[in-house]
Amino acid sequence: MIAALYHRGPDGARFYQDQTVGMAHARLSIIDLDGGWQPMHNERKTVWVVFNGEIFNYIELRATLEAQGHRFYTNSDTEAIVHLYEQYGLAFVDHLNGQFAIALWDIERKRLVLARDRTGIRPLFYTVARDRLIFASEVKALFFDASVPRRLDPVALAEVFTYWSALPPETVFEGISQLPPGHLMVAEAGKLSVRRYWDWDFPRGAAQSSKSADELAQEVRDLLIDSVRLQLRADVPVGAYLSGGLDSSVVVSLIRHYTRNPLRTFSISFEDAEFDESRYQQELVQHLGTDHTNFRCTRRDIAEAFPRTVWHAETPILRTAPTPLMLLAGHVREAGYRVVLTGEGADEVFAGYDIFKEAKVRRFWARAPQSRWRAGILGRLYPYLAHSPTSNPAYAQAFFGQGLEHRDRPYFSHVPRWSTTQRAWQFFGPAIRDRLNGFDPHQRVSMVLPKAISEWSPLARDQYLEAHTLLSGYLLSSQGDRMAMACSIEARFPFLDHRVIEHANALPARYKLMGLTEKYILKRAMAGLLPESIRTRSKQPYRAPDSQSFFVQGRPVEYVADLLSPASLREAGYFDPAVVERLVAKCRAGRAIGFADNMAFVGILSTMLVDRLLLRQPGATQFSGVPSVGAIPPEQRTAAS
Amino acid sequence: MAAEQKIRDYILQNFLFSQDQSLLNSTDSLLAKGIIDSTGVMEMITFLQEEFGITVEDSEMVPENLDSVNRISAFVARKQAAAGA
Repeated sequence: MIAALYHRGPDGARFYQDQTVGMAHARLSIIDLDGGWQPMHNERKTVWVVFNGEIFNYIELRATLEAQGHRFYTNSDTEAIVHLYEQYGLAFVDHLNGQFAIALWDIERKRLVLARDRTGIRPLFYTVARDRLIFASEVKALFFDASVPRRLDPVALAEVFTYWSALPPETVFEGISQLPPGHLMVAEAGKLSVRRYWDWDFPRGAAQSSKSADELAQEVRDLLIDSVRLQLRADVPVGAYLSGGLDSSVVVSLIRHYTRNPLRTFSISFEDAEFDESRYQQELVQHLGTDHTNFRCTRRDIAEAFPRTVWHAETPILRTAPTPLMLLAGHVREAGYRVVLTGEGADEVFAGYDIFKEAKVRRFWARAPQSRWRAGILGRLYPYLAHSPTSNPAYAQAFFGQGLEHRDRPYFSHVPRWSTTQRAWQFFGPAIRDRLNGFDPHQRVSMVLPKAISEWSPLARDQYLEAHTLLSGYLLSSQGDRMAMACSIEARFPFLDHRVIEHANALPARYKLMGLTEKYILKRAMAGLLPESIRTRSKQPYRAPDSQSFFVQGRPVEYVADLLSPASLREAGYFDPAVVERLVAKCRAGRAIGFADNMAFVGILSTMLVDRLLLRQPGATQFSGVPSVGAIPPEQRTAAS
Repeated sequence: MAAEQKIRDYILQNFLFSQDQSLLNSTDSLLAKGIIDSTGVMEMITFLQEEFGITVEDSEMVPENLDSVNRISAFVARKQAAAGA
């Protein structure tokens, strides 16, 4: 199994085994390069742990634990986990500041504990096969057990084609679950129990603060400085991504101004002007004087690397945007780096996305639905899109006006997005459609929302939904961990330090979304640290060319023609070949300009790649860059003792 | 082929990816049925201009002219009549 995870830990693999439990670990050496090998144990070797990720506050934890009498045999962050568990039992996880997927074996209690970080940065999958619990960081490791079924779950597939990812604990694979973010699982006495230990929480009613905006901005700055300081901890050099937007600029700027870490930065640029942000990247590089590497991504690069992207993502995806990030991680690795800090998470924590503004305008409009003036504010959204959904006022009003009467429902903000995404359902074949009878996306998502959500401010509801659908299910996984780890790179996210989240969640909504100015308090916190053009720039989401990447002079690239041929589609059974053929013709002619068509195309292609690469022909070698598994050399496999 | 049939076929082919005529009634609201959004309207305008040689002004891009097969057919007929007058 561990051989399948070679890319996550190419520095070697070690394992622990007794009569009850087996645990293996593939190592990417970052802290305590010589002594940090896992599995790791407590003083009496009665508690063993393997984990993927980092515990950023391990130095502080160690000092406290040593004062409590615990003795450490390494300088690793990993060891803090076993001693914390000895000290606090299952509450050990509350003390961790980090990003982690943990498996801990308590020999005396015969208790296995699995834990996943608060926001879902590190993945953790499990299944029960032949009465055994099997777990791993990626699904492809579970598939090494021949008794684990290899089938897509039609309902979870429909969830991807609605919310952009399956809702935890589901995955797109039948019978395979993921431990949801902020959850613990305990396997003891033949029983599995799962409980939540942390969640995004918000004040009841409208949040208030007696502090001034300047005081609150200073608190945000202080917290972010501390988060960056902790997340720079490593015994290898740490770099940073620079997108040209506010969020990564904040991280890089804080490194420059408040730490002694050498500034090594990396960015993506595109030949397509609609997606390219290199002008802003260059401005910041010059402003901060960073040692910078740019990777210019072409459509051809995306087409070539897309199968490998899907093999790593292990789910259908609706955008090609993860692919350039995977390729960028490759450049980071080539430059000799293993760790990068990124700006991911700021838009969820400080309300940066247009979906929050869109919902605010729609709620304002819903109080006077006949008002054309109120609806006209929609025209201020999405200025960066070549084909903006608000460019035609009459249609923008008709489209975003759908469901206005449901403005008190907790998922109000996301209804337009989901309805656009769900247009891809028309491509499903009869076998899938039959399984989706009765699937109600609003009812389904309501099942994972907390009861208290109806008492939160409207913006808090929107943030909660975004954090539990797009952030954890797509951005941190398909576009985050999985793309970085494909190239053995660890991505870190200072904005997702839980102290930052908890602080921001308690702020009055107006300090996040001030009128239609996004991330107001963050921009205020960064006054004087960033060029004004970057600090006050409107949000431009990171995107990449979608369907157009897969056609060269009107012809689909070879594997696309194969996978989307009527024969392949019929054999796989998910989609209606005749309907897909018309979509392909539209994309080939360059007439697919909207989100819905592009998401459908990329979603169908990636579903077919999941089917081909993970279910039918694991590691199919005809696809460029898809690794063959089982590659860890025998000399790197060592039993722990 | 009559204009109405061309419009109907275009919508079926381009937005519903189908040839099944029963999927679309002439009075169906394209917005309410989720067939078309504002990006789709841009595609539709391009089609109408190329296919029927008409010019569509910004002020004419409203659901009253474009939200069903019947409305689009009537709109095209009015534009052609005005151009020929």
